[in-house]
Amino acid sequence: MARTTTDAGRADGTPLPGPAAPVAPARRGVSRRDLLTGGLVAGWGAAIALGVDSARRPAPTAATPAPEPLNGTVVVPFHGPQQAALTVTPQTHSIHTALDLRPGTDRAALARLMRLLTDDAARLTQGRPALADTEPEMASTPARLTVTFGFGPGFVAAAGADVPAWLAPLPAFSIDRLEERWSGGDLLLEVACDDPTVLAHAHRMLRKDARAFTTVRWVQQGFRTAHGTSAPGTTMRNLFGQVDGTVNPAPGSAEQARAVLRSDGWLEGGTTLVVRRIAMNLDTWDEVDRPGRGASVGRRMSDGAPLTGGVEHDDVDLDALDGTGLPVVNIAAHVRRARATTPDEVFYRRAYNYESETDGAGLIFTTYQADPVRQLVPVQQRLAEADLLNTWTTPIGSAVFAIPPGCAPGGYVGETLLEG
Amino acid sequence: MNRRTLAALTLTAALALAGCSGGAPDAAPTDAAPAPGASGASTALTLADGWAKAAPSGMSAAFGTLTNPGTADVTVVSARTVAAARVELHETTTDASGASVMRPVDGFTVPAGGTRELAPGGDHLMMMELTGPLAAGDELTLELTTSDGTTASFTVPVKEFAGANEHYEGHGDDAEGDAAHGTHDD
Ligand code: HEM
Repeated sequence: MARTTTDAGRADGTPLPGPAAPVAPARRGVSRRDLLTGGLVAGWGAAIALGVDSARRPAPTAATPAPEPLNGTVVVPFHGPQQAALTVTPQTHSIHTALDLRPGTDRAALARLMRLLTDDAARLTQGRPALADTEPEMASTPARLTVTFGFGPGFVAAAGADVPAWLAPLPAFSIDRLEERWSGGDLLLEVACDDPTVLAHAHRMLRKDARAFTTVRWVQQGFRTAHGTSAPGTTMRNLFGQVDGTVNPAPGSAEQARAVLRSDGWLEGGTTLVVRRIAMNLDTWDEVDRPGRGASVGRRMSDGAPLTGGVEHDDVDLDALDGTGLPVVNIAAHVRRARATTPDEVFYRRAYNYESETDGAGLIFTTYQADPVRQLVPVQQRLAEADLLNTWTTPIGSAVFAIPPGCAPGGYVGETLLEG
Repeated sequence: MNRRTLAALTLTAALALAGCSGGAPDAAPTDAAPAPGASGASTALTLADGWAKAAPSGMSAAFGTLTNPGTADVTVVSARTVAAARVELHETTTDASGASVMRPVDGFTVPAGGTRELAPGGDHLMMMELTGPLAAGDELTLELTTSDGTTASFTVPVKEFAGANEHYEGHGDDAEGDAAHGTHDD
């Protein structure tokens, strides 16, 4: 199978040089990796570079297959105008951690905290140990590690800034059964990586450096289809077995940038993140047969194609009628209710599955958007009013964060809020 | 040139070192001073990846990698900081009973064109009688003097660290000894 990247515009990282990469990739012309070398081109900037590159790169021939570098050596640039995670194909593993500030943590302390955490992230994501890293070897294979920082209302208030109106809990929805232990938080750390061991190390390193300033509020660990399991570009499946993520702006695309980027004040070039923990009842889902499963979403279980025909990435025809004059897609099917009714309602979803004996199963449903109130809330409101999926799904956690822009070498994430 | 050092230096001016008010301010920091060398060529001792262990009071230690790009060996003979009454150069060694102990030495020689690692469980800069707490995220400026009298200042971040627990030769009752930190696996 050809290992080509289907969604152009992705900047998925560049391999580390040196002994960790046993096989040097064959170089033909300007490669994507050349363009990314040095870590200076990231995010949507890289996306533009990639567009140029994919046009120039000769098609691989069967005679000279380019050996892929080990995925462990692949590096996502840290420095850049945006924090990198949302511009890359979601990694296999993710940990979202919400921290609460210790009493008395003021603006100066927040700057110290964010300098420390930024330095850790800048090193670990590039395959280098953090300062004072007690397990430096565990940093050497970053496997597309990214670290994302988000600020809850408590963080912004502690910084002495005005808390934007949207930086608050989402309005209560009728379907919500929110638990305190999965909700809120002052500071969000999201670490994502294709390797769970590397991820655990990076997460612990950040947690150690945050400890003097914060306590842990919640930790949500999730997973997606593992690297190497499916062809790149394959949409993941959630634990209901559904193809989940088909209609979604591609990471690093102009469409995504339009949907998520803010242009105001300290958040210029930043975005917002909503983390909803949604329990999925696998036992009652087991009672549903294939036709009912497909009908609940409006897409086929087998391949995610619309019930109205075509292939996965085709649009679902919400107006199609069957032979008896009834809509093919149920009036309460998930995609009918979730589909954007205005351009404002487009956001970027980056979901992870969770499953454990103690916590059950579900989705760590995360969305990035410029404004959660304007873009996400209307859709969530429609789903709360009617969505067949509500039969088996229950929101049990919710948190909203401001995602500040990225930083340049020598700077730190949060400087736009905490300096000056 | 080391990016970390540069980054740290740019931060120096903006940051007040907690617990050091009233201390003699350091001269504007330079990331390196000429190291002694027969040729007199521009060579500069650098400290890369430097950091210091947070401590509420008493003692603490600083670490990092000293690099000597010059053509002659350079020996660091002393260090100082406004954050501590004195700074000693310590090495870690094994005493007669096989336990790992720290003890002062006269200098850290960095070979020409080489490096010398200062790390928990190995050589380090020992700060005695801290003038105030060293808190996580503070920036600490250290001035190193080499055998020919030149000095170089480095600013390093302070981090919480569970290791680097000192155990001194002849002071068996000090903070819990930590033999593991004397074990070098590389
Ligand atoms: C556990 C809960 C959920 C499950 C299992 C789920 C599953 C799915 C599936 C299978 C699809 C169709 C494939 C695709 O386009 O991705 C889909 C689409 C979508 N979902 Fe969900 N979803 C859940 C919750 C939500 C929530 C809470 C929202 C928003 C508040 C949402 C927004 C969307 C959107 C916008 C689409 C694309 C609609 C379109 O334009 O076709 N989903 N979801």
